Amino acid sequence: MIEGTPLLEVRDLRHAFGGTPVLRGVSIALHAGEMTAIIGPNGSGKSTLLRIAGRLLKPQSGVARFDGRDAWSIAPREFARRVAFLPQAPEAPADLAVGELVARGRHPHRGLLGASSARDREAIERALTLAGVEGLRHRTVATLSGGERQRAWVALALAQEPDVLLLDEPTTYLDIGHQVELLSLLRRLNEEQGLTVLMVMHDLPQAAHYARRLVAIRAGEVVADGSPAEVLTEAQVEAVFGVAVRVYLDPESGVPVVAPVGR
Amino acid sequence: MSLSVAMPDRRVRATAAVVVAAVLVVLSVVFACAVGAVHIPPGDVIDGLLDRSDPVTRQIVWQIRFPRALVAALVGANLGIAGVLLQGITRNPLGDPHILGFSAGAGVAAVGLLRVAPEVPLALVPAAAFGGALASAALVYALAWRGGISPVRFALAGVAVAALFTALSTALIATSKLFTQAALAFLAGGLYQRGWEHVHQVWPYTLVGGLIALIVADSLNVLALGDDVARGLGMRVERTRALLAALAAVLTGAAVAVVGLVAFVGLVVPHIARLLVGSDQRVVLPLSALLGALLLVLSDSIARVVVAPGEIPVGIITAIVGAPVLLILIRTRT
Repeated sequence: MIEGTPLLEVRDLRHAFGGTPVLRGVSIALHAGEMTAIIGPNGSGKSTLLRIAGRLLKPQSGVARFDGRDAWSIAPREFARRVAFLPQAPEAPADLAVGELVARGRHPHRGLLGASSARDREAIERALTLAGVEGLRHRTVATLSGGERQRAWVALALAQEPDVLLLDEPTTYLDIGHQVELLSLLRRLNEEQGLTVLMVMHDLPQAAHYARRLVAIRAGEVVADGSPAEVLTEAQVEAVFGVAVRVYLDPESGVPVVAPVGR
Repeated sequence: MSLSVAMPDRRVRATAAVVVAAVLVVLSVVFACAVGAVHIPPGDVIDGLLDRSDPVTRQIVWQIRFPRALVAALVGANLGIAGVLLQGITRNPLGDPHILGFSAGAGVAAVGLLRVAPEVPLALVPAAAFGGALASAALVYALAWRGGISPVRFALAGVAVAALFTALSTALIATSKLFTQAALAFLAGGLYQRGWEHVHQVWPYTLVGGLIALIVADSLNVLALGDDVARGLGMRVERTRALLAALAAVLTGAAVAVVGLVAFVGLVVPHIARLLVGSDQRVVLPLSALLGALLLVLSDSIARVVVAPGEIPVGIITAIVGAPVLLILIRTRT
């Protein structure tokens, strides 16, 4: 097991919306360099968990920590310089150019007047290049394809120069080609830039293929946590999602492949 | 490819738009000093402003028309900025101090005061209007609050408050035995007999409010990406929204206190600005201040001359000018 202080940690989270409990005592520790996916059915509390980890939502009970410190004791801008969050299907003004969108990722680094420094421009260039959207910088967001748009948002997050990137279902509206492209980008950032990635995912085969660790939650509780092979067993997938599945191992990668069993 | 120059091109266009708008504001003020019962050629207007003319021209230009045009410019700037702020925090194209009930609060306070105490010194009316604008802004904010402000709830609460206070103002006038000329004049908005004292009442708000607005314009840009992204970028979203709403309320209050209710400036001007320069609020904001000034100076000039020697309330002119402009924009933009 990995030793040392976790980079991002939530302990015993409990949270309810309008009296309906959404999280019932969730604890997860994420160490630097991880690429982890949270899986689970709709309404299982995945997004709430991610929002609490990203300091967007204050937990009603339990703690969220970053680098050993209570996340809520850290100033919001300082937190945003370490942790970036991409919500599901974010929206931008249609006439915004990609370069301008990505520049807004520098917000937590800027002073009151929002003047940009050479350092900002450098970070923006780097983010554009890393996300592979440097050629799109003058295009407006409205003219981008779904895949290009999502990469532009990843570039915005990278311009924050974070240690951790949190993503809520980043591939939801993408076709399979763009899904693979985006997930490959995230894996490359994880492996080559050391970016720690935590994402909520729906697609089990892709989660298994791209994440090295899966956390399965159901009804607000963690029911399985480990490598894809440990988590995606036929019994556990059925317990989490309530469907009968067959799990095969991909002969080339050894990654589990989940296939529903039709009736 | 032409796309590669899109951004520098936009920056040039933004600068050009702001410069041209500033020049037009100056020209509109000269125009406003020239037209009226006594026509004064522009050259003589300049002489009058510089105290190089005959005493009568000097009197008309310096004591009557110029301060009145300045009041119009300052009020128009206030309303233009308030519109940008409110459209930004509600993320709604109908964000406007008039539609969101800020002005209606000023209206009901002013009319209520005149109804309850008709003998009250007229000098108290602006104070009541200012207080009414702030109070109704606070009310809209409180009504929209449920552990946080959702832009949609804010907009709907504002529309509800506007409807309620407008009805209340109308009821106060309709049930009054006196024909409350002052109340009606306030509700329609106008710059009749506005002079230097009114300039002094507004300019500090325009200057300080405008500067603060420019400083926070970048937060409006971040807020435009949605609450979650804004929070993820380290913004204290609720605090920022409260600050921006308060700023809009103060700018609106200072404006309506001096000229009464003037519709459409806050609504239409930010749309025209965005159409010209795009959605970057750091450009939209100063441009809207200038276009608001331009619209109100020109509208007031029209208000003074079309039925001379009488006057049409400027709020009617801005609506007559503003409504078609808005309709044309809606139909050509989409």
